[in-house]
Amino acid sequence: MDESNGRAMNDFFDAVDFIFSERESPAGGARVGGLAKMWELTWEHLQLSGVSIAIACAIAIPLGLWLGHTGRGGFIAINASNVGRAVPSLALIAFFVAYIGVGFTNLTLALVLLAIPPILTNAYTGVRQVDRDTVDSARGMGMTGAQVVRRVELPLALPLIFGGIRISAVNVVATATIAPLAGVVTLGDPIINVNTYGDEGRLAAALVVALLAVVTELALGAVQRAVTPRGLKLEGGGRWRRLALGIPHNRREAPT
Amino acid sequence: MRRHRWLILLGLLVAALAVAGCGGDDDDDGGNGAADTTSGQSSSQIQKNDKNSSTKLTIGSKNFTEQKLLGEIYAQALAAAGYDVSTELNLGDEKTALKALEGSDISAYPEYTGTALLSFFGYTADKLPSDEGEAFDLAKQGFAKKNLTALPPTPFVSSNEVAVTKETADKLGLKKISDLEGKSQDLTLYGSPECRQRLDCLLGLEKVYGLKFKKFVPVDIALRHEVLKKGQADVSIVFTTDPQNKREGFVLLEDDKGMFPPYNSTLVVRNDVIQKAGSDLAKTVALVNKDLTDEVMQELNARVDIDKSTPQDVAGQYLKETGLTAG
Amino acid sequence: MNPLLAQVEIRERTQDTCVSDNGFCPGWIADNFDRYVDPFLQHVLLTVVAVAIGFLIAFSLAVVAYRRRWLINPVTQVTGVLYTIPSIAAFFLLLPLTGRGFLTATIALVAYVLLIIFRNVLTGLDNVPDETKDAGRGMGLTDRQLLWRVEVPLALPEIMAGLRIAVTTTVGLATLAFFAGAGGLGEQIFADINFKSNVVAAGGLAVALAAALDGLILLAQRAITPWTRATAAR
Repeated sequence: MDESNGRAMNDFFDAVDFIFSERESPAGGARVGGLAKMWELTWEHLQLSGVSIAIACAIAIPLGLWLGHTGRGGFIAINASNVGRAVPSLALIAFFVAYIGVGFTNLTLALVLLAIPPILTNAYTGVRQVDRDTVDSARGMGMTGAQVVRRVELPLALPLIFGGIRISAVNVVATATIAPLAGVVTLGDPIINVNTYGDEGRLAAALVVALLAVVTELALGAVQRAVTPRGLKLEGGGRWRRLALGIPHNRREAPT
Repeated sequence: MRRHRWLILLGLLVAALAVAGCGGDDDDDGGNGAADTTSGQSSSQIQKNDKNSSTKLTIGSKNFTEQKLLGEIYAQALAAAGYDVSTELNLGDEKTALKALEGSDISAYPEYTGTALLSFFGYTADKLPSDEGEAFDLAKQGFAKKNLTALPPTPFVSSNEVAVTKETADKLGLKKISDLEGKSQDLTLYGSPECRQRLDCLLGLEKVYGLKFKKFVPVDIALRHEVLKKGQADVSIVFTTDPQNKREGFVLLEDDKGMFPPYNSTLVVRNDVIQKAGSDLAKTVALVNKDLTDEVMQELNARVDIDKSTPQDVAGQYLKETGLTAG
Repeated sequence: MNPLLAQVEIRERTQDTCVSDNGFCPGWIADNFDRYVDPFLQHVLLTVVAVAIGFLIAFSLAVVAYRRRWLINPVTQVTGVLYTIPSIAAFFLLLPLTGRGFLTATIALVAYVLLIIFRNVLTGLDNVPDETKDAGRGMGLTDRQLLWRVEVPLALPEIMAGLRIAVTTTVGLATLAFFAGAGGLGEQIFADINFKSNVVAAGGLAVALAAALDGLILLAQRAITPWTRATAAR
């Protein structure tokens, strides 16, 4: 037992070394490893993820806000997440590769599709759960529909919206790991094409990807907390956090 | 009364597990059943030798169609000869396959003489032999130093080639690889991930022809034709035995500086396996190789890549149609 | 030359048929459906085993944390990290320890579902109205009886909702299991990523599996908890 653990520790040390020192690739002919090269991969990873999420937000947030404000399309908006969850990311990417081809643009399309459902559902739910009285009094004060959305519903829906963005962002960062299958060289390259980088390269990339995902989660979680009005924060617990996590709750006839 | 609900839940779970458990095991591709040795046979039919059944063989292969075909063909032929055969196909690129072979994860796999010279034994382009026989001898010597035996090779040659679409060739006036000089910096090259390190791929194009490409994109080797066809790649690396070349009208650029060595396929076997397996191993392999010409290999590739049959089925067809196994 | 060689017919393949053009050919899918059976069953096994184990662990943790509230935060943090780590990364982080194969894939998949189930079980239990609990205690139920006869049954809708999410996401993640050497539908997708029929068939089966398992659990939920109008916020 000790021996295999010792070997595992060595593997992890080698992986960390890979991140910091450049070296010749195992078969020779290419330079791999080192901070500069790792950053190249990380940057491509971030670019792909960032662009996809940005586009997804640009589509899903306005749509979700509008549907929530008008109260239409609830079935679609709420079930978007469920349907999206059932489609495996690999299948989606393979579908795009088979029908459109490889490349950054095609892959971004697939990732945008992947990222939309949680943001859409959360934007819709975020608006729907705004207290009706608040909306009514806003209208009573003479605000137009658009003003109500912008000044009342959107700010109150922000925590949930960012919850949705958070979920999508982590998903997209994770899925960008298999981007090399579609010809985009992200941090997944050392993992998928291990022979160019060596075993320590693969483990190093796995570590960095895991780190990247955790950082994304923490950063967006902090943003989400920052946009949460104090009142909601104090109410604490289950309901909105669950919604933010994308976990559907059962609208039972709760006695409270 | 309450227990009912839990029982239903439990029952569903057990049912799901039972269904899944029935078929969830990894299948071992054990190859065809033994050949009937009493029907009217020609001398080229593989004879089943019961003494071979005590020898376990694991045939491996690399990760593209031709390799999976060869792996299946050898596996099924050796099974017909009475060996206890299992397969580990689709291992990966040449380095992965060699590692598996040296680590005894597999007993043998088909490698190309040229690939061995360039990727394993460090030959540079200037030292490459252009004669197929010489290439095999040198590869055999190299493998011998690793306690591996390279069995006599196939007649067919499956060479790496630089391919462009007809439109690109016409537009840029490309006939030879050196025609790319001065033009390659505006072109993107798509190749397999290991292409970056291979002297018969990107590395060789840079060193031997002095070409610098605008961008190199690593994609899975199975996509080598699609990226050209869909217009994403300007240049791609293909194999001469690919049926898609003729179908899509790709132009294969002539290797005027002799960057590519000969690529005959040779089954590389561990020495300890050769000793244990006896003479039937080499004999069966020789029988199989005899009919693997360029045209036949291309036809077999086509049956898998274009007709979408499985390598397992097509391998069986090859053995039947050449009379090696009984129909 | 061997006269038998002529039997291998060398055919011209320059025409376009649906299959040779890598298109979407329902006929081909129907004829070759048996190719997908084994990967499908591997996929089912991976999913069911991972969710079952994950459920056992997370459910137990939730029940314990329900009484000992100080546990909630640490467990949430840990399962949260496990949830965030992408499964491919997890496969290879585990590689030095557990090697390639079914075990590695299962561990990574189990790690992912822990948070989902833990949160849902806990929330379900937390949502049990105080009056009901008081009534139960008033009838003389012990803590343990209260838990198993009152609180857990009332929490079932929430628990099942979490199970449904866990199952659908696990089916999706299990398509990546072939990276860990565990087979599944992902391996089949990857076997011919150019062939539209193949991608649609294998991918479609994965989606169908997720939907089917989701529906199964929903049915089970309705069967087991008839007292709630399961107008679940799906």
